[in-house]
Amino acid sequence: MNLYEFCYGILHWLVDLVNNLWYWLGDTLPWYFGDFFTAVGDFAASSGHLQFMTLLLESLVIIIVALINVLNFLWIFRKLSGRILDFYGPYYVGYRIGGWLQNLADGMKLFIKEIIVPAKADKTGFVLAPVIFVGSSLLILATIPLSENFGLSTSRDGGGVPAPALFALAMFAIAPFTILLAGWSSNNKYTLIGGMRSAAQMMSYEIPLILCVASVFLLAGSFDFVDIVAAQHDIWFAIPLFIGFIVFLVCLIAEVEIIPFDLPEAEAELVEGWTTEYGGMRFGLFYMTTAVRSYAGGALATALFLGGWQGPAIIPDEIWFLIKAYIVYVVFMWLTWSVPRVRIDQMLKLGWRRLLPLAMLNLLIAAALKTMGWF
Amino acid sequence: MAEMWINMGPQHPMTHGLWNLRVKVDGETIVDAVPEVGYLHRGIEKLCEGKTYTQVIPITDRLCYGSSMTWSHLYCTTVEDLMDLEVPERARYIRVVAIEMQRIASHLMWLAAYAGDLGMSVGFTYTMRDREVFVDLLQALTGARLTYNYPRIGGVAHDLPPNFERDTMRALKYMEMRLQEYEDLFEGSKIFMMRNVGIGILRSDDAVNLGITGPSLRASGVSYDLRKDRPYEAYEDMDFKVATHKDGDCYARYRVRMDEMWESCKIIRQAIQKMPSGKWRVVAPRNGPVGTGFGRVEDPRGEGTMYVVGDGSDKPYRLKIRSPIFVTVSAAPTILVGYKVADVVAIMGGLDMCIGENDR
Repeated sequence: MNLYEFCYGILHWLVDLVNNLWYWLGDTLPWYFGDFFTAVGDFAASSGHLQFMTLLLESLVIIIVALINVLNFLWIFRKLSGRILDFYGPYYVGYRIGGWLQNLADGMKLFIKEIIVPAKADKTGFVLAPVIFVGSSLLILATIPLSENFGLSTSRDGGGVPAPALFALAMFAIAPFTILLAGWSSNNKYTLIGGMRSAAQMMSYEIPLILCVASVFLLAGSFDFVDIVAAQHDIWFAIPLFIGFIVFLVCLIAEVEIIPFDLPEAEAELVEGWTTEYGGMRFGLFYMTTAVRSYAGGALATALFLGGWQGPAIIPDEIWFLIKAYIVYVVFMWLTWSVPRVRIDQMLKLGWRRLLPLAMLNLLIAAALKTMGWF
Repeated sequence: MAEMWINMGPQHPMTHGLWNLRVKVDGETIVDAVPEVGYLHRGIEKLCEGKTYTQVIPITDRLCYGSSMTWSHLYCTTVEDLMDLEVPERARYIRVVAIEMQRIASHLMWLAAYAGDLGMSVGFTYTMRDREVFVDLLQALTGARLTYNYPRIGGVAHDLPPNFERDTMRALKYMEMRLQEYEDLFEGSKIFMMRNVGIGILRSDDAVNLGITGPSLRASGVSYDLRKDRPYEAYEDMDFKVATHKDGDCYARYRVRMDEMWESCKIIRQAIQKMPSGKWRVVAPRNGPVGTGFGRVEDPRGEGTMYVVGDGSDKPYRLKIRSPIFVTVSAAPTILVGYKVADVVAIMGGLDMCIGENDR
C-alpha cells in the first residue's frame, strides 16, 4: 500500500461516513431540500472530488513529515555546532530530549513579536517576498519521496507531478527572485547589496547544478525520483559520477547559502544581508526556510546520487533515506563551522571557471557511460 | 549600480567598538572611505586631572578592554618618570610577565574577532577558549579578569601568588601546542589564505608617513619595536626577536601577531626563570614634583605614549594620551580603496581596532 492508496482509503471511509448523513437528510427532508443534500453526497462520492482531496491530504502529510525533519535539522544544527565549537548547545528547553524543544520555543517567541514594515519599504514586495520564498521551498519538499511508497511522485494514476525532479529544481531556482525582491523592497543598502549578491550567486551556481543533475537524468533516463533511485540499484550514481557529485554538493552549499558561500547574508559586512529589515515571524520563516532548503538539498543529493532509500532491509526504506539525508546535512554543517566565507568575486570565479567546466566534463562522462551501454 | 555611501557603523557587526566607517562603493568595489570616531569619548584625560596620582590607575585600565594591563603600566612608568622613582628589580620582571601575558590575551582576542569577522566560527571559539588560560593566570596574579589595576607607581600591587611559576610554565606549554594548532587551522584553510594574501596592502613608506606603529607597521617590513629599540622594564635582559613580515597585507599582519605570541611565550619563560627576589614595590610620595613625565611602551596595538604634567600637588595637572589606534584608523582610506566590500572586515579587522583607547 502506498501513500496515495492510504490517503484515498481514509478519505473514502470518511466520505462514506458523512454521506450517510447527507443521504439520510435527502431522504427525510422535503424534496426541495432533500435534492440538494443528495447532490452534495453525490459530489462528495464522485471520483474527481476524492482524487483532489486525496492529493491535498497527501501533500499535507508529506509536508508535515518534512517539517518535523526540519525541526530535527535545526536541532542537529545547534547541537552539532555546540559539539564542534566547544560549547553545549541548547539543553534546557526539553531537558530530557536534549533540548529538542528549543526551536519550538524560539518559534513561539518570534510569533508574539511585532511585525514591522519599514515606512519607506515597498509594502507589496516586502510582504510578498517571504510568502513566495517559503512557499517555493516547501514545494521542493512536496515532490521528494521518502520511499517508493511515500511520496507524491508515486501517485501517477492520481495525477501527481509528471517530472518531479525537474519540478524540485525549478522550485529551487525561484529563490533568487524572491531574495532580490526582498532586498530591493526593503529600501536598505545592506539588503540591496545582499539581494544583488544572492542573484549573482544563485544564477552562476544554478548552471553547474543543473548540468550535474542532467547527467543523472541521462543515466537514469527519467525525471522521476522513483525511476532514478531504481536505476541506482546496482551502483550509486555518486561512484561513476564522482566529479558531478562533488560539484553538486558545492553548488548545493551555495544554493542553501551556508557559510563558505553565505555571502548574501554575510553578517560581518552586511549586518544580516537581505533579511536585515525583516523581524518577528517573517524572520522566523526565513530562518526556518534555510533549514527547509538544507533538508531539501540533502534529500536531493540522497535521491540523485546516494541511492535514495536503497539499503539493507533491516530498517525501513524511509529511515534509510532520512539517514542519508541527515549525513549529507551533517557534512554541510561540519564544513560550515570550520571554514571562513569566501569573497563574492572569488566565489563567482570558482563557479564559472572551475565548477562549470567540471560539470561539463561530468556530463561528458555520463554520456560516454550511456553510449557504452553500461547504464 | 551607481556609487553610493554605506555606513559601516556605529552599530554594525564589522566595528569592534563604537565607530563608524563610511565607505563609498561602486557596486562591490570601494572607491572612498571615511572613518568617523568619537562615539566612545569619555573624557578620560580630563577625568584624570581630578584624581590623585594613584586614583588614576583604575581609569587608565579602562582605556582599552583588550589590554588594560599595558595602559595602567604605561601610566605608572610615566608618573615614575615624573617622580624620578627607581622601580625594584623584581617589580620590573613581574611587570614584564604581566604585560606579555596581556599581549598574548590581547592577540588571542584579536584572532578570535578576526576569525569571527571572516565567518570562521571555529577560530572564534577556540581562541577565546585559550585566552581563558591567560585570563585565569592574570586573575591569579591580580584578582581581576579584565581591568586589572595591578601596576602601582613604584612597582606592582602584589607579589606573585603561590605556584604561579608552575602554572605559568604549564600554560606556556599548552599555549605553544595551541599556537601550532592555530597555524594549522588558519593557514591550512585555503579559503582563509584566499581572503588574506594580497589583501589590504600597506606599503612601508605609507605606514611610516601615516605614523602607524605596532604589528601593522612591522607587517609592512619596518622593524620597529620599543621593547628592542628603547628597552624599558626588564626587556634588555630578554632574548627575543622582533617579528616582521615584508608583504604588508592582511596575511602579514596575521603572521606578525602569531609570531609575537610565540616570542611572548619565550619572554615570559625567560622572565620567570630569571625572576630576582627582593621587594616588588617602593612607596611613592603622595605629591608629585613640578615638572613633566613621559612614557612610551609597546602596546599590543602599537606605540602607546603618555605625557604628564605635575604642578606639585597630589593630582596630575594634565595627562596626554597618544593612542596607536587613533593613528591606525586614519589609514583606512589609504588601505581600503580598490578592494571589495567584503575586504573591509578583513582589512579593518586585521588592524586590531580598540575604540576605547582611540576615543579616550
